[in-house]
Amino acid sequence: MQDNWVKVIDKYLRQDRLPHIWCPACGIGPALNCFLRAIDKAGLDPDMVSVVSGIGCSGRVAGYVKLDSFHTTHGRAIPFATGLKLANPRLKAVVFSGDGDLVAIGGNHLIHAARRNIDMTVILINNFNYGMTGGQVGPTAPQDVRTSTTPYGNFEPPFNLPLLMHASGASYIARWTVLHLRQLEISMTEALQKPGFSFVEVISPCPAVYGRMNKEPEGLDSLRLYMKRSVIKNGANPEETGISKDGPIIVGKFIDREYPTLNNGLDKVVAKARKPVKK
Amino acid sequence: MSDNGHLVGEYFINGDVACAEGAISSGCRFFAGYPITPATEVAERMARRLPVVGGTYIQMEDEMASMNAVLGASWAGVKAMTSTSGPGFSLMMENIGLGVMLETPCVVANIQRAGPSTGLPTLIGQQDVMQARWGSHGSYEIIALCPDSPQQMFDLTVKAFNLSEKYRIPVLIMSDEVVGHMSEKVVIPEITPDDLVYRKLPQGKKDSYIPYSTDDGLVPPMAIAGQGYHFHVTGLTHDERGYPAMNAAAQDRLIIRLVDKIRLNADDIVMYSEYLTRDAEIVVCAYGITSRIARFAVGQARKKGIKAGFIQLITLWPFPEKRIRELSRKVKAFIVPEINRGQLVYEVERCAGGKAVTISVPHSGGGVHRPEVILSAICNCKK
Repeated sequence: MQDNWVKVIDKYLRQDRLPHIWCPACGIGPALNCFLRAIDKAGLDPDMVSVVSGIGCSGRVAGYVKLDSFHTTHGRAIPFATGLKLANPRLKAVVFSGDGDLVAIGGNHLIHAARRNIDMTVILINNFNYGMTGGQVGPTAPQDVRTSTTPYGNFEPPFNLPLLMHASGASYIARWTVLHLRQLEISMTEALQKPGFSFVEVISPCPAVYGRMNKEPEGLDSLRLYMKRSVIKNGANPEETGISKDGPIIVGKFIDREYPTLNNGLDKVVAKARKPVKK
Repeated sequence: MSDNGHLVGEYFINGDVACAEGAISSGCRFFAGYPITPATEVAERMARRLPVVGGTYIQMEDEMASMNAVLGASWAGVKAMTSTSGPGFSLMMENIGLGVMLETPCVVANIQRAGPSTGLPTLIGQQDVMQARWGSHGSYEIIALCPDSPQQMFDLTVKAFNLSEKYRIPVLIMSDEVVGHMSEKVVIPEITPDDLVYRKLPQGKKDSYIPYSTDDGLVPPMAIAGQGYHFHVTGLTHDERGYPAMNAAAQDRLIIRLVDKIRLNADDIVMYSEYLTRDAEIVVCAYGITSRIARFAVGQARKKGIKAGFIQLITLWPFPEKRIRELSRKVKAFIVPEINRGQLVYEVERCAGGKAVTISVPHSGGGVHRPEVILSAICNCKK
């Protein structure tokens, strides 16, 4: 197991870029760990995998994977990956980024990619805030939490991402915390193998910024909370997966369904366009 | 139509359609766009034509997405373009900058309308000239071409793809509503592989590929996703390996190269056409649709015995600086009509360097200059 893990690390991580920029006890590291194992497990040809990230802490993932990798502009990883995938359908397009990047500034791209059911896997690190800029409120921050821009508590309701993705048309939707590493790895593997749009939300500690402002100053504090609050509920109704400040965190594989993908649609277009005209 | 689905022959088509056909003939096989007047006809033509020639058309959710999809497609090794107009051009600026930073070949056609803001969606402007040059943040160079007719829409689109592949940069086609919507005869030649430029691909071993190595000159060979190079590129300031490098020295090295690859090749990129400039004392500098009116006005001035000449600036950026400097040494005045309240006139004035008078003939947009307006500027100048 240990040897195998070393091999996976060596195969998929850019050793010459280490140490990474993430803070101690940040959840992105374990999530990346699961992701690299999942690529291996899914049996993907590494030459054909493109990893695209946006901006922010999670946006730095693209820079550490030894794969074709693109660190793009804020919120735009999904449309960039859309271009890659459509121009070469044999590529496996993976977007790895954070909640602010994918849901706030990139929210429109997220829902449209799900609607199109494009063959793409989105790994979304949800740490409820903008870590890189020092902990501002994000679109997934639960009501009443403190951030550097909600010093009196968050007065806005957050997105319930599984519900958003469900309504938008994603083929595969799962959520785990970084405490659920085995389940996370399995979900990421399934997502990578799933035709159509697959979405994995990873609830992740941000001890240095979000945690510090919300009585979880150590990474372990967040993990203990995840242990206490997580409820595994595979197949849960996405309407029930909203996250509040102190309530349960519903995790599991929520949606796994088959739809025609965007490339199926495009193949039909080509067939129609190239049909010889009847004389 | 030839076997490969490319048009060949004489066609009566509008500028937008000619632009799309120029792209098809150039081997463009990916288009991502968002509907906007007066550029929609480019997208509609591509939606119809691309599937026939084995390409992909996708209508994205907005112009930021369109521009990014174009960049992604280019990194998958496919020639790619988008088209838009003012408001969409503003939204594309963010990722035109990413295209410059990642050094991504692609083409953006801006069929200009009058602004600011929503302005006059169906009527002409030439008001995005400086936005084309400076619209994305940061210090960079760009290439922008400006067609005056449907024929030039075709020809310059082919040229735009060639320049973008050669210099690994987004190339802007700064057309306008009148050129985009006017229908004229367009002669479409058979474009052969010899007429086309393709990006330089890396040779050597895949595991020792350095994405931004300058061993081969200012334009590094470009790897394509899915071929085993396992490369990384980033919009952050980066070193030759493509890795983020957060310091002033790396910034200096990168930016100087990005700028120099265009500035030092200006002679290769710059295009203009002249009419009666040999003995001219007054030269009208114009671009796009305005150049056709200017040319007519110069002919009228000659009939009055005024030694007037005309230069069409086909390349707007990099600015045809050398030629304007040369002309400034022998002419008395430059007249610059443009459909804005003065943009490129300042470039002409800068290059004239006080040696020739520079006179602006502005127009707020929504229509074109009447020839008499330019003619009277020429006559006033003579006095």
